[in-house]
Amino acid sequence: MGSFFTPLSWHDAPFILTGILNTIYISTVAIIIGTILGLMVGFLRAESNRFTNVLMGGGLDVLRSVPLIIQLILFSTYIGATGHPLDPFVAGSIVLSLYTMAFMSEVFRGGFESVQQPMQVAARSLGLTYWQTVRYIRLPIGMRAVFPSWLGVALSVIKDSALVSVIGYMELLRTSEQLISRTQQPLQILIGVGFFYFLISYPLSLYGKRVEGKMVS
Amino acid sequence: MDYVFHWNIVFAKMPQLLHGAFVTLHVSVLSMLLGIVIAVLLAIARMSDSKKISLPATIWVEIARNTPALFHIYMAYFGLGAFGIHLSPYFAVLSALVFVNAGYLTETFRGGFQSIPPTQYHASKSLGMTSMQAYMYIILPQMFRRIYHPMTNQFVWSILMSSLGILVGMNELSGETQRLQSLSFRTLEFFIVAAVMYFIITRFVLFAASLIAGRVFRGDV
Repeated sequence: MGSFFTPLSWHDAPFILTGILNTIYISTVAIIIGTILGLMVGFLRAESNRFTNVLMGGGLDVLRSVPLIIQLILFSTYIGATGHPLDPFVAGSIVLSLYTMAFMSEVFRGGFESVQQPMQVAARSLGLTYWQTVRYIRLPIGMRAVFPSWLGVALSVIKDSALVSVIGYMELLRTSEQLISRTQQPLQILIGVGFFYFLISYPLSLYGKRVEGKMVS
Repeated sequence: MDYVFHWNIVFAKMPQLLHGAFVTLHVSVLSMLLGIVIAVLLAIARMSDSKKISLPATIWVEIARNTPALFHIYMAYFGLGAFGIHLSPYFAVLSALVFVNAGYLTETFRGGFQSIPPTQYHASKSLGMTSMQAYMYIILPQMFRRIYHPMTNQFVWSILMSSLGILVGMNELSGETQRLQSLSFRTLEFFIVAAVMYFIITRFVLFAASLIAGRVFRGDV
């Protein structure tokens, strides 16, 4: 009797590649949208008074203190209950982007606040308008200061994107799960998957450390 | 949207959910304690001059930091089976969390230790302290202040990461929620309650941590 399970072969390569590309795809989308939203929210938080800050902070705290996997399940169930189910990619991107935004906004808020009052006053006294000060002084200087933290958040998003598999998006970990259930070779496949994540994440984290090192000195 | 919420089913299962929350806390506290012990050893190893000692520690740290937590849990649950090691969901999640916590905390400890200038050690020695005294009274108390907040964050991360137990059928808060909702199909209600419980747990941990910090460091953190 032939085996029920078929071993891993080169025919699986396109399938794995799709998983890899999907992981990169959804992480990139989440990082870009999360960065844009985070920049806006971070700016609002750096500028607003105590009351609106507490209000916004509360909402962001919810995104940060409920596990991502619960957020994904809740969102996709909710969308399903409304009767207009979304594509797993769209649903996953929305949740992952908002989650990213919650962390990015803290990073950018720190960046905006790192540009001290005297520098802003100096810019204004040179005749720059409020928005020019934001655009030419606070944004470039503040963002440079928080670049390593931004990179740290971006890296964690790539790793967290593995969770989007729970709502059915075929990213790397889910492709590997399916291969494991067919081939029954969990160790080889998982090591391959881990190696891939490492390959993306490690060089970027080294780069982040180098930039940070340069800033301190 | 014509979805009718039925909360009674959820409240009837509250004891099980609370037990799940207890398991969540249990596994994260344990993973933190074991993680701290291993991280101290790894941090010492990483700062060693001998490559033979520092390299394994470096590899541990970089793998833990550069691959997803879910990958570690799958590795512990499915991957170790290849060596004939079959862990229960609880131990699979626990060992994965210990591995990740140890990796992150090693960097925290190393950073905290290196932030204390070595001149302080020499100064204490010149005041007649022994090495032991210098560490106990001068170096470690200062170091503890600097690593306190990163450690609190790591603990919160452990709580959130333990929710991945849902994928290997563990009975912590998420897994328990998943099991209970599959019996009644009140998915939204159950997961909303679970989300609220996670929120309360993490807020409480952060609040308690800031209270303790206020007491121990008397404000000057």
